[in-house]
Amino acid sequence: MPSDTVAMIEKVKRDPEFLPVVKKRARLAWTLSALTLAIYFGFILLVAFAPDLLGRPIGDGTMTVGIVAGVGTIMLAVALTGLYVRRANNEFDAKIDAIVARAAS
Amino acid sequence: MNIPAIVMFLMFVAVTLVITRWAASRVRSASDFYAAGGGITGTQNGLAIAGDYMSAASFLGISGLVFASGFDGILYSVGFLVGWPIVLFLIAERLRNLGRYTFADVVAYRLEAGPIRTLSAVGTLTVVAFYLIAQMVGAGKLIELLFGLPYLYAVMAVGALMVTYVATGGMVATTWVQIIKACLLLGGATFMAFMVLANFGFSLNAMFRAATDIHPDGLAILSPGKLVSDPISAISLGLALMFGTAGLPHILMRFFTVKDAKAARKSVFYATGLIGYFYILTFIIGFGAITLLMSDPSYFRASPDGSFDPLAAMIGGTNMAAVHLSQAIGGSLFLGFISAVAFATILAVVAGLTLAGASAVSHDLYASIFAKGRSTEATEVRISRISAIVIGIVAIFLGYVFENQNVAFMVGLAFAIAASCNFPVLLMSIFWRGTTTRGAVVGGSLGLVSAVTMVLLSPAVWVNTFGFPKALFPYDSPALFSMTIAFLGIYIGSKLDRSARAEKERAAFEDQFIRSETGIGIGAASSH
Repeated sequence: MPSDTVAMIEKVKRDPEFLPVVKKRARLAWTLSALTLAIYFGFILLVAFAPDLLGRPIGDGTMTVGIVAGVGTIMLAVALTGLYVRRANNEFDAKIDAIVARAAS
Repeated sequence: MNIPAIVMFLMFVAVTLVITRWAASRVRSASDFYAAGGGITGTQNGLAIAGDYMSAASFLGISGLVFASGFDGILYSVGFLVGWPIVLFLIAERLRNLGRYTFADVVAYRLEAGPIRTLSAVGTLTVVAFYLIAQMVGAGKLIELLFGLPYLYAVMAVGALMVTYVATGGMVATTWVQIIKACLLLGGATFMAFMVLANFGFSLNAMFRAATDIHPDGLAILSPGKLVSDPISAISLGLALMFGTAGLPHILMRFFTVKDAKAARKSVFYATGLIGYFYILTFIIGFGAITLLMSDPSYFRASPDGSFDPLAAMIGGTNMAAVHLSQAIGGSLFLGFISAVAFATILAVVAGLTLAGASAVSHDLYASIFAKGRSTEATEVRISRISAIVIGIVAIFLGYVFENQNVAFMVGLAFAIAASCNFPVLLMSIFWRGTTTRGAVVGGSLGLVSAVTMVLLSPAVWVNTFGFPKALFPYDSPALFSMTIAFLGIYIGSKLDRSARAEKERAAFEDQFIRSETGIGIGAASSH
């Protein structure tokens, strides 16, 4: 490992703002992971245990709850990735970049 | 013989070969070869990931499954999609910050290179082998049907083209083949879904009504069917699909082609959006195929009295539903386009797999273990090119051997192994301070062996393929059990490891953690 990298790592270690930012980002990542798991396995368990509920038509149409739930799961997954990327690439990266810049100076 | 299909396919091949030639002139260093010099943007990488992931199996297979059983087709695609948020939240940025060319770089960051890279290379090559066999056999059959080329020649053509892309143009050529294919596939599928919806005045309800009116199963196609019978199978399959994505070596490798964590995240967002959009299109295409094909005898093999079974007698099998639909919508010209796209789809996927396999051989096995880091970049890249050629020859051979075998279980097996070996080792080495080399090797090997063993003893393989009367393992998908074994193996193996090496590895966690979170000292892929 180059010596300037080692020195930067030591500085980051002592930076009081480092752990709070990283912990906050990790909490968001794990919460969203748990949410994704819950949505998906919720859907799978409905398929396994409540197929009748998913087969129920919506309103007067032919479209069923299950079709909407399946497509909804896909759209939610995309929305959650969008949410994370937005916060990580703006809010968190700005803080991390500042910490790295301090360590490099 | 479909002349437009052949002309359009040859045009695709010509364009990709020109790009490969251009790419070959740009590949100077190992970083260019493995990671396109880190010069791919987040948007481009998002398209390339989508191109790498949307296989012919998902395009033809899922629309065919929707055609045959409606709702059950949706289940698979939801599972294939929900792995992506997990890749983003837990893996992508840390992988980019810690690694250079293969995911083994990340695991070997603080663990011992020899055993870890051997395990990762075995995991990579096993996943690549099963995935590749499934794609080669599918490609051979598809090309035989669409272009009338004999099976063996079709498999050889696919093998020769993928080796040309990878061995001469490395990651640069592979990336652009995937980007072009993603655009063609998304464009073609969008047009098809648009035409289907236009037929029903853009009313989904009208489309579903027409589909349930004509389908032999009627309203049942809009609710869960027989695909998920018991909750254990459903959860186990769900786990394999969800976490397998985060352990597929050819997908993980794509994150090293962008310059930093920001671009890596952005690429997952674009990829997830595109793949999700694509799956929604395949549902519309599947239901459209029901409404437009099931009343037309020309797409089916009719019995002497003129009647036909719309579920069992489709020409080429129900996997051809999307292809037949393209004819119904846009005549032979559009049929030709979709056939060429299906071929291009296979080529892009097998090229990504070949590059991942070749990198595991040259970067993990040769450069790090055999030459112990003393080889030059030029030699390493040469070994990688040779490996790509060898993998191509092996793939053609296996494609030929497995021609008449049922290979449908192999993609599922590839996902199960990725979820039970590569993913646990990667996740634990990144997140758990206590992970040691011994623990990772014990858990990863147990995950790999148990996943393969359970699949071999499962109903799908033991009974349906080998012909034994009774399965020794009751479920088709092993992931629930093999993932548990892998994580427990890593945990217990690491806890019991009291060696001096283990102490050093635990102590090195903090530096790894800081680098994985900040990108300090990032393995700068760009060398020019």
